[in-house]
Amino acid sequence: MSDATTESASTTAPEPSLLTRRRLPRWAPAGIGVASVALGVGIGVATGLSSRLQWGLIALLLFIGLTYVITARVEGRHQAKDRVATSLVWACFMVAVVPLYSLLQTTIAKGIKVLDGNFLTHSMGGVITMMPGGGVYHAIIGTLEQVGLASLIAVPIGLLTAVYLVEYGRGKLAKVVTFFVDVMTGVPSIVAGLFILSFWIIILGFGFSGFAGSLALAILMMPVVVRSTEEMLKLVPNELREASLALGVPKWRTILKVVLPTSIGGIMTGIMLAVARIAGETAPVLLLVFGNQLINNNPFSGAQSSLPYYVFEQYSNGNDASYNRAWAAALVLIGFVMILNLVARAIARWKAPRTGR
Amino acid sequence: MAKRIDVSGLTAYYGNHKAIDDISMTIEPRSVTAFIGPSGCGKSTFLRTLNRMHEVTPGGRVEGKVMLDDENLYAVGVDPVAVRRTVGMVFQRPNPFPTMSIYDNVAAGLRLNGTAKKQDLDTIVEKSLKGANLWNEVKDRLSKPGAGLSGGQQQRLCIARAIAVEPKVLLMDEPCSALDPISTLAVEDLIGELKERFTIVIVTHNMQQAARVSDRTAFFNLAGVGQPGKLVEIDDTERIFSNPSVQATEDYISGRFG
Repeated sequence: MSDATTESASTTAPEPSLLTRRRLPRWAPAGIGVASVALGVGIGVATGLSSRLQWGLIALLLFIGLTYVITARVEGRHQAKDRVATSLVWACFMVAVVPLYSLLQTTIAKGIKVLDGNFLTHSMGGVITMMPGGGVYHAIIGTLEQVGLASLIAVPIGLLTAVYLVEYGRGKLAKVVTFFVDVMTGVPSIVAGLFILSFWIIILGFGFSGFAGSLALAILMMPVVVRSTEEMLKLVPNELREASLALGVPKWRTILKVVLPTSIGGIMTGIMLAVARIAGETAPVLLLVFGNQLINNNPFSGAQSSLPYYVFEQYSNGNDASYNRAWAAALVLIGFVMILNLVARAIARWKAPRTGR
Repeated sequence: MAKRIDVSGLTAYYGNHKAIDDISMTIEPRSVTAFIGPSGCGKSTFLRTLNRMHEVTPGGRVEGKVMLDDENLYAVGVDPVAVRRTVGMVFQRPNPFPTMSIYDNVAAGLRLNGTAKKQDLDTIVEKSLKGANLWNEVKDRLSKPGAGLSGGQQQRLCIARAIAVEPKVLLMDEPCSALDPISTLAVEDLIGELKERFTIVIVTHNMQQAARVSDRTAFFNLAGVGQPGKLVEIDDTERIFSNPSVQATEDYISGRFG
């Protein structure tokens, strides 16, 4: 690009142009990146730094420094600042991606060892913890039922609360509700667990069960659903509501048939993210569902297990066979959450307002 | 069929702010009445009081009477939903429902009210789209999204949607301000046809448009910033544009202020 401009500039206009400036070639950022990584590795090896993280950090600082110096020489200070800002954004992106990649890589590498059909379809019933074998079937059942029940409780309440806040809420009550939703967002999961423990199990005298766990999970899920749904409903242009009202459509029908369908994609995404969040909760399960080695299909009576609890339990066993099972279960949990996210995205895309001609 | 609107002593507020003050006028059936005046003088607010859309805005309230033939829209026991079914509205910016197809957009009013039978719907949609001069452009793609049409087509789609519920009165709030001259012409022609069946009230900033389409013109003005808007005069369009009885109207129309 720069070659083309300088060439045409030199053939058509002998005097320096007002509009073109000296520019670095397009591959410059990538080149500087490669060079600084090479330099970082070189320095790391030369000075005998053992940690790869240190190599990376050196490369990162070199990248930003080199970008500034080189750009300042060729393009001027103004451009240099612009380029440094861009490279900072890239650097932050890399810093964010590296742990994620590393986490996925570790989990897959360690989890794949015992993850097979047998692992997914068997419980820990009759398995000696020191020995390989056994599986997560009971924990998958537990997670599905507890998360499902929690969603059944939290999603309708959360949705309706959000609809109230956005469409109807005026004055004091709405402010109070908003305040309590904010407070609930900050409730740690163990506190929600303790609340249900003292209320449901100790005061009301129900036993440990998957349902008790879902009550606590619902408490954690509700504010997330309210918040995300509220934001999505606020995005619906007021003109659409007015258009519907002006057609003589009652308000409740306007909300049901115009406002909610317009925002359903975003609302579904929010709900799925909330589900993903509670699927990984261990503390309430520990307190309320108690954990179980056996398959218990009934969430309303008796102890159950769940995937995060299973990971915790296996890891605390402290032997290789259990470690392997813990990693495999962690992989299953990540897979579950990822599938949920993909489903949410698919729904969002499928339901999003279409503009195609 | 088309109904007469008789407004007397109408005052509208946003919270504590008085937006329009003591307006009285008569709007004849099967005619086009245009509202002109500077920005912020309360034309749109007044228009929205005519189908009780004003109170949808938080804090919006109204004093006074709006008689539709011989029923007061603001009488106790009047259902605003029923009022809006009788007095339709087209907005400044085209606002088709983004989740719905062209067909569903036109059918929306009937479907959402639950008043239409399936077999009637096809006829009504076709009739309304023809009524809005849009049928020929969209008849092959009725199932495509309404948001995919051009701005002018979208606005005519909104008009089709508004007339599909067979209102008696059609209110238009600057329906052409977001459209190019050709689409504007299409909508203006449409207004000319629609006045055979409806009472039409149109707010416009375009004085040529008011002169072209309307039978009667009302000029609104406000004494100053923060003051409520007032009706200066309402008269036959020809008179307003040639020989208005109030000096302020002539100043506004000839571009001396505003």
